[in-house]
Amino acid sequence: GIPIRTTLDNSTTVQYAGLLHQLTMRARSTVRDIDPQNDLTFLRIRSKKHEIMVAPDNEYLLIVIQNPCE
Amino acid sequence: IGHPEIFPLVFTTQTQEIFKCRVDEDVTKENCFKLIKKEDIIEDLKARAAVSDFHPVKKIVQEYPGEELLIVFDVEQQYGQNFYLVATEEAKENLLKPPEVAEEEEEEEEKEKEADENKEGTLEEFVYKPPVRKPWVSLGSEKEVEEESVKDTASKTKYLISRVRRKFGAPVTFTDKNASSVKDTYIECTSYQDKTFSIKLLEKDVGAQIVPKVRENSTQTKWTYPKNAAIQYFPREFSDEEKKESLSSKKLKEFITSVLLRMEIALQQNEIMNVFVDDWRALAEDESSYGSKSDIYLKEYQSFTDLHYLKDRTISCVCWHPNIYGIIAESATERLSYDERVDLSGKLLLQKSVILFWSFSDPLHPQLMLECPEDIYCFQFSPSDPNIIAGGCFNGQVVLWDISQYEEKLRNAKSSAGVKKTDVNLPSFIQAQQCGTEPPLVRYCAVSSIEYSHRTIITDIHWLPDFFEVNRMGATFENRAEICVQLVTCSPDCSILFWDIRGTKLPVQPLSDKNKEEKIIDVLPDFPDTFKHLDLTWKPLIKINLCKSDTSVDYSPIRISLTEEYYHYKTSDKMQSQNKLVELNKESPYAEISVPSGKILKGLENVSTNFFVGTEDGEIIYSDWKMERDSKKPSQKHAVHDGIVHTVQRSPFFKDIVLSVGPWNFAIWKEGLATGPILQSCCSAVRYTVGQWSLTRPGVFFIGREDGNIDIWDLLEKTHEPSQFQSISISMITCIRPWIASAKQQFLAVSDDSGVLHVLEISWTLSHPSSNEHANVLHYFEREVEYQKYYEQRQEFRAKERIE
Repeated sequence: GIPIRTTLDNSTTVQYAGLLHQLTMRARSTVRDIDPQNDLTFLRIRSKKHEIMVAPDNEYLLIVIQNPCE
Repeated sequence: IGHPEIFPLVFTTQTQEIFKCRVDEDVTKENCFKLIKKEDIIEDLKARAAVSDFHPVKKIVQEYPGEELLIVFDVEQQYGQNFYLVATEEAKENLLKPPEVAEEEEEEEEKEKEADENKEGTLEEFVYKPPVRKPWVSLGSEKEVEEESVKDTASKTKYLISRVRRKFGAPVTFTDKNASSVKDTYIECTSYQDKTFSIKLLEKDVGAQIVPKVRENSTQTKWTYPKNAAIQYFPREFSDEEKKESLSSKKLKEFITSVLLRMEIALQQNEIMNVFVDDWRALAEDESSYGSKSDIYLKEYQSFTDLHYLKDRTISCVCWHPNIYGIIAESATERLSYDERVDLSGKLLLQKSVILFWSFSDPLHPQLMLECPEDIYCFQFSPSDPNIIAGGCFNGQVVLWDISQYEEKLRNAKSSAGVKKTDVNLPSFIQAQQCGTEPPLVRYCAVSSIEYSHRTIITDIHWLPDFFEVNRMGATFENRAEICVQLVTCSPDCSILFWDIRGTKLPVQPLSDKNKEEKIIDVLPDFPDTFKHLDLTWKPLIKINLCKSDTSVDYSPIRISLTEEYYHYKTSDKMQSQNKLVELNKESPYAEISVPSGKILKGLENVSTNFFVGTEDGEIIYSDWKMERDSKKPSQKHAVHDGIVHTVQRSPFFKDIVLSVGPWNFAIWKEGLATGPILQSCCSAVRYTVGQWSLTRPGVFFIGREDGNIDIWDLLEKTHEPSQFQSISISMITCIRPWIASAKQQFLAVSDDSGVLHVLEISWTLSHPSSNEHANVLHYFEREVEYQKYYEQRQEFRAKERIE
């Protein structure tokens, strides 16, 4: 994916955009393989350090990276 | 013999004479035929019967039809004899005639030859005779033909099978029947082994040759060798205009509006609950906190004592070096009561008072000694620069040391446990001193002026944290230097003094001379002149008198605890202080830094200027140092303890929780709660002498006792009695200081009355907090606060009730 607007630095943004786009595509195809009527609405990845939330659309992706609330 | 009509005969000479066929006379080669009458032969036969040569052919002669028989002279004995008889007329004719034909042919041949020679001779015309039909003469061949032809030897049998008339046209069913199933339907000739025809092979000659099977085959392998390949790529990006364009596009707006809700929900969920909690880990930790008590104890790690300097002395204060691992300093004082001091005052002047530095690597010899003008009852390392040490004397003076020269030595104390390194720029007699086993003696840099210091012993000294400073009015300002420059001391002379180690605005001699002096061996300042500007002229910045409102007697503070304190319990702060160290080493900034005027500095509003004071009479006072127009009145006071309060300490975890330890009990206070302590312990049997919070566990603190035991209190476990106590020494505990040396090692320095410094290692259970301990302790305090409030409400209620 090509980033349109970002609050992070450029290299990180580009990296996140590319990688998460592929993952979202894969997740969506998985969901639709199981049930063709279904579609992916939201993707949440929780890791040790952050939580990454992805809201996909036909054309765009909204990616939010959140640090743990402590 | 193919000629049945030829009969060979032998003619004797007599016979030949009789019949006139004498050889070579009558019958010659050319004229070999002789015709003999039949009658003659018969007469001969009668005459000579058996002797006659014609005897064998007697019958033939008799049957001969013609009259004359032909006798042929067989010159070559073609038929076995010299004469032969031709039995038939035909044959006789043939024999007689063909020679004629042959003669004729011979004649023709001669003629042809002649004709050929001439080449003009006319051939005799060959007269064509059409074949004349002749009667077939049987030569015996029809017998052979008969033999060869196939004829039926037996007549064939005919079977006529007819069916009943009614079955005509009906479908026929045929079945098969195996011939062998019914007996006698057939006759067979079974084969049998006829022994007459078997020949046994006894020997066989066979030749064999062995040839190895050789096959040539070849393969080709693909040799792949690794090759370095590099790809360079760059991500696709939009240009700025494109970005703007897509940002303002309608589709993007629609997308955002549709997606917004989902994202908000997710974010809210995250806010509500901490999603990163590892439930398994939390579960495990809870169980470990109820572990066995055997792990909870303090292990003796090392103990330091020195017979030379610590004889008959007690340790009044212990401090860990903030940066260097394993360095601990203690101050030794005389173990004498006031009256005894007065008596021995003359003698005491001769003896040096020292602060000893110990290192883990050398338990027998102190690493460094700081010379003190009087007995030091409390001292502190400067948090920003651990080479600056401030101490409070017995006589009320504040003393400063600078051990920058020895920092290297202290750091390398482990490696050189016997070999002394020589520092640069030290005067010779100090070096001589160092060469011996004596620890180097560092003289103090500065002492405060006697008139302006405290009038009695300084019991507590603290450095102010480095992020704010105080001016003469007590207002706080930001500290631009970011180093600790101010001290606060308290003493039983009812005053609290604030000191500043920087130079005042009074004209001071320029430092350049002082720097040179340091290197020239002169009248000898054998001590660094970092604080030369303060020496003997040092005046406190602020003096606060704690006076009771109703009486003229003032409070005599023993211990003070400020709201803002610098705690060394975070090892990550090491880096910060090291950075500051680097800056300071280049120059001696304390003299050069002048106190900035109040206008330049930014005022810090959120720094609390309150403090807790524990007094000699057992009261806890909560007051503010910010000076206002009216006389200072302490805001709160509580008489909780029955004797001298020797410890007032803030919890390292909760800024508003203070522990105060009196001789018979202790109390935990919450700042801001005016009604009283949150927790007050019952009176103990043994006097308490010191108390200290644990640096890592929020609900744990240590209390030292008069009998040499240490009580370990765990607020989460028991609040009515200590969870653990351990005997450390036989004499009274004078000071406890915990220290985090590393992530896994925590030490507790315990000093006792007999001059021995014990270093104990805190066990894992005691040092490692459980997962929710912080929250639990906080909760506990809050509950207590709630209880207090509730109690107050009930009191009011009851008071109302009583009135009514």
